[in-house]
Order: sequence, then C-alpha cells, then structure tokens
Amino acid sequence: MFKILEKHTIAPKVDMMVIDAPHIAGHAKAGNFVVLRINEKGERIPLTIADSDKRKGTITLLFQKVGKTTEALGMLKPGNKIRDIAGPLGHATPIEKFGHCVLVGGGIGSATLYPILKALKDAGNKITVILGARTKDLLVWEDKFREYADEMLITTDDGSSGRKGFVTEALKETIEKKTVAVVIAVGPLRMMKAVSELTKPYGVKTIVSLNPVMVEGTGMCGACRVNIGGKTRFACTDGPEFDGHEVDFKELENRLKFYKEEEAQALHLFLTKKKIQVTSNE
Amino acid sequence: MRFRNPEKRKKDFKEVSLGLTEKQALKEALSCLQCKKPRCIDGCPVEIDIPKFISFVKEKDYLGGLRKIREYNNLPSVCGRVCPQETQCQGNCIKGKKGRPVAIGALERFVADYEMVLGETETPEVQSANGHKVAVIGSGPAGLTVAADLAKLGYDITVFEALHEAGGVLLYGIPEFRLPKKIVQREIEYVKRLGVKMIVNWVIGRTKTIDELIEEGFETIFIGVGAGAPRYLGIPGENLNNVYFASEFLTRVNLMKAHRFPLYDTPVKKAGRVAVVGGGNVAMDSARTALRLGAEEVSIIYRRTETEMPSRHEEVENAKEEGITFHFLSNPKEITGDDRGWVQSIRCERMRLSEPDESGRRRPESTGEEFVIEVDQVIMAIGQRSNPILVRSISGLNLWGDGYIVADRDGKTNLERIFAGGDITTGAATVISAMGAGKRAARSIDNFIMGRGEPLSQPPEPVQSQSKH
Ligand SMILES: Cc1cc2nc3c(=O)[nH]c(=O)nc-3n(C[C@H](O)[C@H](O)[C@H](O)COP(=O)(O)OP(=O)(O)OC[C@H]3O[C@@H](n4cnc5c(N)ncnc54)[C@H](O)[C@@H]3O)c2cc1C
Ligand code: SF4
Ligand code: FES
Repeated sequence: MFKILEKHTIAPKVDMMVIDAPHIAGHAKAGNFVVLRINEKGERIPLTIADSDKRKGTITLLFQKVGKTTEALGMLKPGNKIRDIAGPLGHATPIEKFGHCVLVGGGIGSATLYPILKALKDAGNKITVILGARTKDLLVWEDKFREYADEMLITTDDGSSGRKGFVTEALKETIEKKTVAVVIAVGPLRMMKAVSELTKPYGVKTIVSLNPVMVEGTGMCGACRVNIGGKTRFACTDGPEFDGHEVDFKELENRLKFYKEEEAQALHLFLTKKKIQVTSNE
Repeated sequence: MRFRNPEKRKKDFKEVSLGLTEKQALKEALSCLQCKKPRCIDGCPVEIDIPKFISFVKEKDYLGGLRKIREYNNLPSVCGRVCPQETQCQGNCIKGKKGRPVAIGALERFVADYEMVLGETETPEVQSANGHKVAVIGSGPAGLTVAADLAKLGYDITVFEALHEAGGVLLYGIPEFRLPKKIVQREIEYVKRLGVKMIVNWVIGRTKTIDELIEEGFETIFIGVGAGAPRYLGIPGENLNNVYFASEFLTRVNLMKAHRFPLYDTPVKKAGRVAVVGGGNVAMDSARTALRLGAEEVSIIYRRTETEMPSRHEEVENAKEEGITFHFLSNPKEITGDDRGWVQSIRCERMRLSEPDESGRRRPESTGEEFVIEVDQVIMAIGQRSNPILVRSISGLNLWGDGYIVADRDGKTNLERIFAGGDITTGAATVISAMGAGKRAARSIDNFIMGRGEPLSQPPEPVQSQSKH
C-alpha cells in the first residue's frame, strides 16, 4: 500500500500526486516510470516519475484524467492509499554532457521532462526548453522549468501565452540558429512524430518517449511492443525512450486505438457511478 | 478421471477435470503392481516413491499417501493437475506396455484434494530460527520451493516478486479451468505459514539490486525469475491490432481477470474467429481461453504433427472435445490486416516432416504449398524467453542462449552467494522440474551457509535426478 501525501490539480484535468514510496524513490532516475494499480480490480497503468526525493522517500506522479483509472486516481485524497506501485522501470534517459540540448514538451508530457532537465543541467549542458499547449491553462510547470532552463520558449495554439503556433516552428528556428546536439521530445504522439520528422533532415539526434499500452511493465508480455527501425522492441524494458528517427509512429498510433471501445465503456460506466473502492489511512 | 461436459465447460472458466472419486482412486491404486524395480520412479523428475504412496492409498490412508509425496514434492495439488504424466511417471509405468498405465497423476491430485476438502493443511515442523537471511527472487514454483524448504530449516526468508501477487506462471500463465487459483493461493498461504515473508511489487534489479540485498544482510540469493517473456516469429503483420502474444493474452485474463471486464478494469479483445500459433501448453491454454471468452471458431496452427506436440496429452484431448480444430504441418508466413490495421487473415505454408537427421529428429520443411485462414484474432504461442530485467542487471553472471543463467545441478552459478533454478536456468520447462531445482538449490544453499564445504555433487536422498526435459 502506498500512501498519498499530497495532491494538487495543476491544470484542467491534470493532477499531481506526491506518494510515499521510499524504495522506489531510492533508484528513480529521469526517464523512469512506475506501474500502478489502484485497487483489487484495477488495471495496471504506467506513469512517468515526474520527480522524486530520496531523502523524503517520495515520488511525484502527474496524470491527465483521460480514462477510468486516471479519473479514479483523481478522486483519491491525501491519506488514501494506492494498492500497488512497482518501479522504477524502463531505461533512464542517457545523461551526459551533450552541449546544447533542446527539450520539447507538449501538454502533460512536459512534466516528464522536468527531471530530465534537472539532470542534464547538472551534467553541464546548455538547455532550451520549448513547451507547447493548446492554451495557456494547459501549460504545466512553466515556473519550475524556468529555474533550470537557459532559454524558455512557449507556444500555444491559440496564442494565449508565448507565441501562437506549434512547438515545431520554435524548434525549427532554434535548430537553424544554434548547433543543437540533441532534441528530447515528450508529449502527444503526433507532436513527437512531427518533431522527429522535422529534425531528421538536419541530422539532429532526437529522443522520444513512447507511451504504448502496457500490462505488467517488466518485459514479460509484449503488450508494449513498438517497431523501431523495423525491429520489434518492448517499450517497458528496451525503452520507453527511442530514437525518434527510427520509430514507426503510424503503427504505434494504430495500436493505441486497440482498446478505444473498452476504454470508453469503462470510463462511461465509471463516470455515471463515480464510485471507487478507496483504501484509506486506517 | 471425470471431466465436465465439453459443451457446458467451454462456456465458463471453472475447472474442467473433476478428478477421481474415492472408488475410482481405490481401483487405480489396486491396479498398481507394486513393482520391485518401479520404472515409474525413473520417469519422475523428483523421484517420488510412487508405489509407496499408492500403497497408502490402497489402505485408504490418503493423508499418509500425501505425506509420502510431500517428502519429495511441495506442490502435489498443482503437480497432480499440470505435470505431463504421460511422458514422465505414467509414460514409464509397466502397465502401459500392454494397456493402460496406472493413473498416477490423478492419484496424486486425489490425495492432495482429499486434504483440501478436510480443510486443514498439516504444518510441518519448523526448526528454530538460525538467524541466517536468504533472499528469493521470483515466486514461481522454483522460488516457492526454495523458500519453503529453507524456512523449515529455520532460515529467515524473504521472497521478492515483481508482480502484485505471488505464484509466477501458476498464477498468470496457467488458466483457472486447469489450475484453480484458490489452489495456488493455498500453496502460497502454506509457504507464508512457515514464516516466509512475501514482498510483492518489488522488481529486483530495479527497485533493489542484488548487491544491495547482499549489503542489507542477505547471505545468499536464489534467482527463480522464470522465462515468461514471449518469443515471436518476426513475420509481417505481427504488430497488427488483435495479434496477441500468448503471455499478454493469458496475463490479461488470469492475473487481471479481463474476462470479467468491466467489473475488472482490464479489457481483453473477444473475437469470433481465432487462430493460435504453437503446439505447447501455452497454445492449448490460449485457444481454450479464447473459446471461453466467446469465440465461435478456434483453430491451432502447428508446424509439426500431433505426435510432436509438446503440450500435455490430456489438454489436446480436452481441446478437441471442446471443438478446437487443428492445422498440423502448417507454418505461418504472414498476418494480413485491413486498412484500419486490424487482423484479417493468416497465410501459412504447408510443411512435411523431413527424413530423420543424425539426432533422429524429423524437421518440418516447406512443401511450397500455401493456404489462407480468415481470422479476427491471432495469438502467438511459440515459446518463451528469459525474463530480462534481473539477469541484465547482474554483471559477471555467466549466461547461456537467450539470457538464461548457467547453474549446476545444485543451483550454483559462477558467482558466490548467487544460486538459480527453474525456467531461468533451463529455458521454459515444467512446474515439477522448477520445483525439483528449487529443492536441490535449497540443500546446497543450506550447505553453503552452514559451511559444509562444497555442495555435494551427489545430492542426498531423496531428490536425485534432473528433469528429463
Ligand atoms: C501458459 C502456460 C502453461 C503451462 N502449463 C504447464 C503445465 O501444464 N505443466 C507444467 O509442468 N508446466 C507448465 N508450464 C511451465 C511452467 O509453468 C514453468 O516451467 C514453471 O512455472 C517455471 O517456474 P519458475 O519458478 O522457474 O518461474 P515462473 O513460474 O515463471 O516464476 C517466476 C516469477 O519471477 C518473477 N520475476 C521475474 N523477474 C523478477 C524480478 N526482477 N524481481 C522479482 N520477481 C521477478 C515473475 O513475475 C514470476 O512471478 C506452463 C507455462 C505457461 C506459460
Ligand atoms: S510402474 Fe506402474 S505398476 Fe509399477 S509401481 Fe509404478 S505405478 Fe505401479
Ligand atoms: S508491458 Fe509487458 S512487455 Fe512491456
């Protein structure tokens, strides 16, 4: 059982939780994720570790309420407990002195970039952060990013913050102006695809973090398989980060639709009942 | 043995086999010749004294029979159900030469179930705590056996399991209709009653490393992480929607209870026409699970003939009775999809068996002829690989093949303090061989910690032989 210590809503439909999990915090690195199951009947879902504190023994998770599990998670309060959390899983982001790095975050995916930003900064890199969202309210953790970024570029689809337009435009300008060593993009699949397509002709190394459906998260089922350069790889153990220029985005996009009907059904049932089996403090 | 009516049983997940009645059990027991040189024992990977246990059954001392089995086998209710008896004890039984062998597996199950009906499990004596700590990684049959045997000797045992529940393949692989989960839970409760600490959700290699466990005072580590990772053919179309790897399909249903979606949150796709590729237990289990999820037509595609199928014989018979069809000598070449990226059909080539090679094996070779089966779902059940995470995290550990650990008969690896057994050392094998490996490893760990020098190369009675698989 894992106790929720803090919970905040940080953007519409986006919640953040600080959870007591000392044994996971101990080894958590930027880029890692956990697999979590709310209760006895719950599904196992992967969530990226957005932050961790070894000293306090906590991990921070951020989630967008898009399905039954995340909606249910959003109803939990500090003091409630989550039944199962396993991790840290997945390869950590390679942290070295690359030179100039550009981190591109879209929507909630941005939060995932936060520990990567901190680690890359500590390793002596110069960093441009490009955050994109549909609208101002959906920008996540902008202030936290400013603390570490050498340069911050904000784009919104509607121009309510930063410049109007997509992250790719800002990225293109950056790549053309500066010698960029590596681009790391985390966010919606379409954004990561656009970023990878953009950087390819420039030959700039591009890392993307993939989010396929997972079941157990330890390489034993193959649910999370993705096609990388024509080879089948498992995102949970070989990834979740891969070379964006090698990813078959079309296949992944299709695989992400596999359970659309069931997901909608489960969500509908849940939202009409709004009841969840909660394990509380005592 | 009694089985439920195929038309009824294929609609639910309740156990298919009903076991023996007392009368049937007595009849089977009486049919045993009590051979002077019992060949059945040679066929048993853990060399249970089979005629002895059967003689207890004859006397109606069922618990005595069970006690005899337990001297060799920690999981009789499981093994009685899932062992491939036809290639082990029963395959060797002298009575099988002319006619039918003694139903040894069914008798094993009978005595184990007899105790279960009584409700009480005998808790064996546990020696007083000796203060030595051992960590066991993985809670499948290998890990559970090491844990139980060492706990009985007074060791302080912690089992670490990556998933949210203990049991390994017994839990997430073998379906309810063949091995009810309450039986697995009972076995795990038994191990816990011996004082074993069971910690779930810990992925060793990630949550904690082996080195850290050693620093924390575990004197030896037993690795029993299994071989559950799926193999795949690498043919076009394997990543289309509605192509499952059997491990995922079975895990969704067995571990996550997807057949009860939306009561349980995890879904599984139900399909009308299902093709399962493979000829082992995993293939049979997948096919019969698909049927129970509501499939109208389920077929099995296997590249050799029925004789070579590695699956338990009884399960092939059960599958046939339930209406599953077989395409033997068929090898998938491609899975094709519709324009939305969902499975539409599977194209196979017809094979024939070659003349026996030097090793006597007849290999499937292509005839060049092809055929196509229209399907809505394909399940790949062509074998397993080692579970990667832990093995990859230990530097200097000797491996063979696809990442299996090199260990000797006593479970010793090339690293001091690290022992291993079960599927992670042999490749996908059987419950009984994993359990046997666990027994031998427990003895050698005990010898190692107690400073009795090198583990004996000839391990003491009663466990002597390596699995014949
Ligand atoms: C569908 C199916 C049907 C089968 N049917 C039969 C049958 O009828 N008869 C038969 O004899 N055999 C059968 N088998 C084979 C048999 O189940 C295995 O040979 C046996 O379970 C192997 O036992 P094990 O203890 O080595 O590993 P497993 O049972 O695989 O257990 C390993 C455990 O280790 C855990 N683990 C892995 N990595 C880590 C880590 N890093 N940290 C912590 N824990 C970890 C896993 O989650 C798992 O619980 C079947 C297998 C399958 C998949
Ligand atoms: S070989 Fe058959 S008949 Fe002989 S002891 Fe074993 S079970 Fe009995
Ligand atoms: S989630 Fe099961 S293999 Fe990756």
